Amino acid sequence: MSYIAKPIARHPKLKRNALGLTHRDYEGAMSTLCAGCGHDSITAALIEACCEIDLPPHRIAKISGIGCSSKAPTYFIKQAHGFNSVHGRMPSVATGANLANRDLIYLGVSGDGDTASIGLGQFAHAVRRKLNMVYIVMNNGCYGLTKGQFSATNDRASPSKKGAPNPFDPIDLCQLAITLGAGFVARSFSGDKAQLKPLIKAAIHYNGFALLDVISPCVTFNNHAASTKGYEYVRAHNEALDRVDFVPLENEIRAELAAGETRDVLLHDGSTLRLNRLDADHDPEDADSALTAIRSRAARGEVATGLLYLDPAEQDLHATLGTTARPLNAMPMSELCPGADKLAAINAKFQ
Amino acid sequence: MSGVNDFVVRFATVNGSGSASANSIFAKTVFRMGVPVSAKNIFPSNIQGLPTWYEVRASEAGWVGRREGVDLMVAMNAQTYEEDLAAVVPGGWLFYDSSMPRIWPRQDITVLGMPIAEICAKKWRDPRQRQLLKNMVYVGAVSTLLQIDLDVLEGVISDQFGGRAKLIGPNMEAVALGRDYAAEHFDCPLPIHTRRASGAEGKILVTGNEAAGLGAVYAGATVCAWYPITPSTSLVEAFESFCNKLRVTADGEKLFGVVQAEDELAAIGVALGAGWNGARAFTATSGPGVSLMSEFLGLGYFAEIPMVLYNVARGGPSTGMPTRTQQSDILACAYASHGDTKHVLLFPADPGECFSMSADAFDLAERLQTPVIVVSDLDIGMNSWMVDPFEWDDARTFDRGKVLDAEALDRAENFGRYRDVDGDGIPFRTLPGTHPDKGAFFTRGTSHDEAARYTEDGTVHARVLDRIARKFETAATLVPKAEIVSGGAGAKDGLICFGSSRPAVLEAMDKLASDGIRVDMLRIRGFPFGDEVAAFCAAHERVFVVEQNRDAQMRSLLILEAGVAAEKLIPVLGYDGMPLTAEFVRKHLLKARPTAAVAAE
Ligand SMILES: Cc1ncc(C[n+]2csc(CCOP(=O)(O)OP(=O)(O)O)c2C)c(N)n1
Ligand code: SF4
Ligand SMILES: [Mg+2]
Repeated sequence: MSYIAKPIARHPKLKRNALGLTHRDYEGAMSTLCAGCGHDSITAALIEACCEIDLPPHRIAKISGIGCSSKAPTYFIKQAHGFNSVHGRMPSVATGANLANRDLIYLGVSGDGDTASIGLGQFAHAVRRKLNMVYIVMNNGCYGLTKGQFSATNDRASPSKKGAPNPFDPIDLCQLAITLGAGFVARSFSGDKAQLKPLIKAAIHYNGFALLDVISPCVTFNNHAASTKGYEYVRAHNEALDRVDFVPLENEIRAELAAGETRDVLLHDGSTLRLNRLDADHDPEDADSALTAIRSRAARGEVATGLLYLDPAEQDLHATLGTTARPLNAMPMSELCPGADKLAAINAKFQ
Repeated sequence: MSGVNDFVVRFATVNGSGSASANSIFAKTVFRMGVPVSAKNIFPSNIQGLPTWYEVRASEAGWVGRREGVDLMVAMNAQTYEEDLAAVVPGGWLFYDSSMPRIWPRQDITVLGMPIAEICAKKWRDPRQRQLLKNMVYVGAVSTLLQIDLDVLEGVISDQFGGRAKLIGPNMEAVALGRDYAAEHFDCPLPIHTRRASGAEGKILVTGNEAAGLGAVYAGATVCAWYPITPSTSLVEAFESFCNKLRVTADGEKLFGVVQAEDELAAIGVALGAGWNGARAFTATSGPGVSLMSEFLGLGYFAEIPMVLYNVARGGPSTGMPTRTQQSDILACAYASHGDTKHVLLFPADPGECFSMSADAFDLAERLQTPVIVVSDLDIGMNSWMVDPFEWDDARTFDRGKVLDAEALDRAENFGRYRDVDGDGIPFRTLPGTHPDKGAFFTRGTSHDEAARYTEDGTVHARVLDRIARKFETAATLVPKAEIVSGGAGAKDGLICFGSSRPAVLEAMDKLASDGIRVDMLRIRGFPFGDEVAAFCAAHERVFVVEQNRDAQMRSLLILEAGVAAEKLIPVLGYDGMPLTAEFVRKHLLKARPTAAVAAE
């Protein structure tokens, strides 16, 4: 299959954002994924979220690995540069891109095979470097593109389409990310746009490493009744720990807070994350509490979703390295090359 | 052949004993007396307790390659006494610590014993200090044996210890102990000794890795990612340390970012991501790292992303001889990755070229939009070479390649990322974030058409591959031209070499000339080969290809890529991991000649 351009149809009634753009301006090429694939729903949520928070499309860089999920960046924000790299190595490419220009927004898109199998090492190290990016895992528990083999996130005993149960324990990317020091960790479901959209917005505004692990059923290979990554199962066992609302800086209205249930978290850039806690025991600013919430749900066969963990002390690799606030890729050569007169002293040292 | 300002001294020590700094002080002192030197560090893949050798050749004639045969062995390691004794040339000298006297079973050399340990035990109480200063005692003794200028030695020691009197004092005391003992007990100076000379005047003594690291700073590299591996580590360390001196603003902001990655796959991923995003980016590694990087190198080739990879080669296969030198990654670099992949290679011959070719490498990477591999080796990278001082021309302009900015995009009609507008095979690229609605494209390793759109159309795929092949033809006109050295008018024999083989080959040519044999030399400096390479082969009846690997890899590349007939190319191969010597080249060339003559008939 080759590239399919999407016909541009402009509806005069489409809502425009602060840049005068509509959702259509955040779309990409026509998706070539299977009809009903969870990945397309995540793409749709990304399009709406980016539009609604007024991101200039061309100031986004989309980077992915290999897989059905990693193809998704072609299907949103065509005015943004994209980079479909190699299998499991999106984090390193994103690290380099971010080092070169810290002013863009980096959306990393990956699959569960891409991240939890071949790319587990790169994932872990991007987390611990606190790379400022949104890392989206379109998690279907299988390798879609190579026809449905189990991936490392597939639950133990969850059967394949042909019925063979998975003999291995899953890697829980959210638990792993929390343990490794990610600043923002959320889990959601491709079928729950109302939950997913504000999480995407908040993750983009978070200055640091933000993981969105989105369960995204593979309708072709892993969506049968017994699969724990299918629509039916996740709809029935989804346990939202909280509801998140994202309020950008300029729209902020200080609403009355219902004590004990709603909490505002002010992000680095002035916007607000409004958290409506559904589970009073879960404190998203406490890593242990977050891990317990995930594990206790998993023990009951449930999937904890929502904002699982948030470190309000946002940290970023550039701060650690002490790099200049200006993008390195825009630095004039005259500032980078020390010039001939500096050489005299250097040569003298070797004399 | 040995004599005044013409000798080899070898220090046999134990690694981790502090001898490295004493040995380099010795080399630097001879160098500062104006005598051309080359220093080779022959070290183990180990941190402490194993044998290590440091070999210093002085050559007033200016030969800076390694020379076989040791004139003076400073045998400080009992573990290696036997082989150290064997390495001394007949008529040579062996100096050792005679605190435990022994009989040396050779009558044809002179043994010089000094009870160093005993003397040191009397002088210093602290064992650590005793250990370190012991090294300076033998340096002192050797300096008298070789009539080395004390003032120069003191100057070097003072520089080494940053002028700190507290350190200089004890070191000079140790030197004096050695000097006094030698003056009293030995026939000083030895027939091999030093005198002031001018051959090294105005030169610098530097390793290739320091030079390449500095070169990357001058080339404007801002992003570096790496994973530690001998012998490339010191290149990145040099880059970072020069950056900390030269690339930090008054407010303390760094105009560079160095990431020690989790492995080489990540290191090259970072470099490619940064190159894609418009920064000059590089990584440095050695053979095992190149193997790990090959998938990404293929992506860089096909998606056309600039970056520079320094491969400081060591002895393979596998972990091989990690602390010895070889030129055995030529084919692995030229064709790194699956599919129809080829890479642009540069071959610096010494630290001077490591510096100057760095800027060339980054220019070429951006001009050609492809990974450029600088193929150095352990000998160049980690040993101290005497070269001309680094030079930089402030009028030099950088070639940032075909990048369209927002204005150019507004003017451009029909931008296509992979369209060959100029007929040189090199398309135009854009950087992320440049223009609100023009110039965005999708970079991918899957097949794409001229507008960067995914395709499974075989004709389009073949067309794109042909265009990249055209780009490679352009590359052949842009890489540094080969160096050609005439062996005298009408020489029928040619010799091709590259990289660290240069000094040994030049010296061998000189020796062969005295044997009455004239050979022209061509030193390859870049790949794809320029026309001069095939022309050189055509102009000679037979061509010896000197290289430091078993399988004659450069010869294969010449056959494959320069269309030279296999029969014409006679391999001369050294692959024992030691820097090449002129004697080796001469001997093997002479040996290869008669058979070659038969083959040519
Ligand atoms: C080095 C390498 N090994 C194997 C493959 C084959 N491969 C392509 S996609 C894929 C798995 C993708 O799984 P996942 O990341 O979960 O993406 P999904 O298709 O499920 O969205 C594999 C193994 C490859 N492209 N590269
Ligand atoms: S195979 Fe599965 S993951 Fe891939 S596009 Fe189809 S439904 Fe989606
Ligand atoms: Mg998957």
